Amino acid sequence: MARFVARRLLSALALLFATSVVVFGIFEVIPSYNPARAIAGRNANATTVQQVAQKFGFNKPFYAQYANTMKLIFTGQVIDYQDDLNVVDQFKQRFGATLSLVIPAGLLWLLTSIVLGSISALRAGRIADRTLMVLAILGVSVPVFLLAEVLLYVFAFKTSIFPNTGYAGISNPAQWAYHLVLPWFSIAVLSVGFYSRVLRSNLLDTVNQDFVRTARAKGLSGRRVFVRHVLRNSLMPIITIFGLDFATLLGGAALVTEAVFNIPGVGQYEAQAIGQLDVPPILVGAMFTAFFVVLFGALADILYAFLDPRIRLT
Amino acid sequence: MFVILVALCLLAPVYSHDIAHIAPNQGNPSGTIKVGGKAQNILSLSGLPVGPTYHSRYFFGADTEGRDLAVRLLYGGRTSLEIGAIATIIIMVFGTLVGLLTGYFRGWVDAILRPAMELVWSFPVVILGVALGTALALGGIGPIHGNSILIPSFIIGVIYIPYLGKPIRGEVLRLREQDFVEAARVQGMGPWRIMLTEILPNAASTIIVFLPLMLAYSILLEAYLSFLGAGVQAPNASWGTLISDGLQYIDSTPRLSLIPGLMLVLTVLSINVVGDGVRDALDPRSQVRLKS
Repeated sequence: MARFVARRLLSALALLFATSVVVFGIFEVIPSYNPARAIAGRNANATTVQQVAQKFGFNKPFYAQYANTMKLIFTGQVIDYQDDLNVVDQFKQRFGATLSLVIPAGLLWLLTSIVLGSISALRAGRIADRTLMVLAILGVSVPVFLLAEVLLYVFAFKTSIFPNTGYAGISNPAQWAYHLVLPWFSIAVLSVGFYSRVLRSNLLDTVNQDFVRTARAKGLSGRRVFVRHVLRNSLMPIITIFGLDFATLLGGAALVTEAVFNIPGVGQYEAQAIGQLDVPPILVGAMFTAFFVVLFGALADILYAFLDPRIRLT
Repeated sequence: MFVILVALCLLAPVYSHDIAHIAPNQGNPSGTIKVGGKAQNILSLSGLPVGPTYHSRYFFGADTEGRDLAVRLLYGGRTSLEIGAIATIIIMVFGTLVGLLTGYFRGWVDAILRPAMELVWSFPVVILGVALGTALALGGIGPIHGNSILIPSFIIGVIYIPYLGKPIRGEVLRLREQDFVEAARVQGMGPWRIMLTEILPNAASTIIVFLPLMLAYSILLEAYLSFLGAGVQAPNASWGTLISDGLQYIDSTPRLSLIPGLMLVLTVLSINVVGDGVRDALDPRSQVRLKS
């Protein structure tokens, strides 16, 4: 087990290193993109561009620039080109808002999926089933930002049930939740269909297993059999995809949702940086998300191996 | 019947040239149009664009720069669909190629290409797309300009190659051990001929199942990238940029972003429904489901 964990973490580290090189390479190797020119502005003359290149070290070889940038990132000194803000500080300040967006949204969609998936598995072929099918196909057809906009329009501008945009700190829980209901909902609702359907098919597979029959034969109540034996054994695949999707949230759904709802989180900062073609925040943001994806991927594998000894060998 | 309807919807932006009365990026902010026999400013004094006329001119009204929303919608749709189509072609050609090569040759080909696929696969698609999009939008690649629609197409294509390449590789790994491939090998067929005439036809159903899926995903990713400003560059329009541009006016003129949004969703929805049908027909047991 220890060897498996060590090997999995090692490969995660290697992957992380590779992703950072790729992201860095995207911005530095592409010949047409001249970062010095981007910082100096459109109308800068050649000398200014030279000076900027000197200042940020763009005229050094690739590996030296990479090492330098990584050093700056890990010592927390990297600054963005646009406003001279410290990127790492910005990420630290804004991470709280992002977490209060993604964690409840993630829990909301996981719990709703478990409930809906169970209902539709227990009552196969009824209305719940149809609803899930529709939800699932909508989930792969509607972009998050569009749903967010529609919700914003209907519930904030048209009816003012919820505040239109903005964010309130968690120190005031009622206001905090009140401001975040729409963002949570817009992230969660598109994933519920897919998750419920995966869970449903897992549940239907598990119900026919021998151990379930044994549990029933022991005389356990229907509810106990379902919760303890069927549901518990069907949750594993869901948890694995959830881990990965949750990590991806930081770089995908959270990015656009924060931009639409004007939540001062990491995603909003990144969205602004993208608008201004400001490289360091995009670079740090990409590595930040990749870090979570790789970490959660490794954790999910390890958890899986812990729960199911059969896959430790591979 | 349904397929014809979908085809017509998909093709509508393609003949937009013939039905539009004005160029998509050309505004007429100071002009007037007749609505119900009465002349009305296209942009009111407070800058509010004229509402839907439901006539050939300014069918859905104007945008805040006096441009015809319906015309922009058509051209934007064309951009979105062209990008989706080009990206899908890239995915199909290179995904299949990579899948065939890594699955059939294994060895050093696999050792090089598979980690590369894993690397792209492990990135969140939006982040990778945004990074590539912002880097390329500034200067373009070689002869291709930064604001060409080829750039987002290329980016989306590259990002989704592993999403096809990995399943094809699995399929090829399974097929190459089959007796008929062995028979072809014994007959003295070269590896390329075996791949093209023996393995490819048998992997075709997997490829076809992925085609609508990849088209839907490409169109969606284009919308995400354009929404974030890393896809189609102004003044060109795509559904993604229209939605994004309309967002700041959602309070006063919500149609500016809701109508393109509706078009986008209906398009992707119809592709997905067709795709679901194709999947059920060709591959009933498949577990292939993707998520963005």
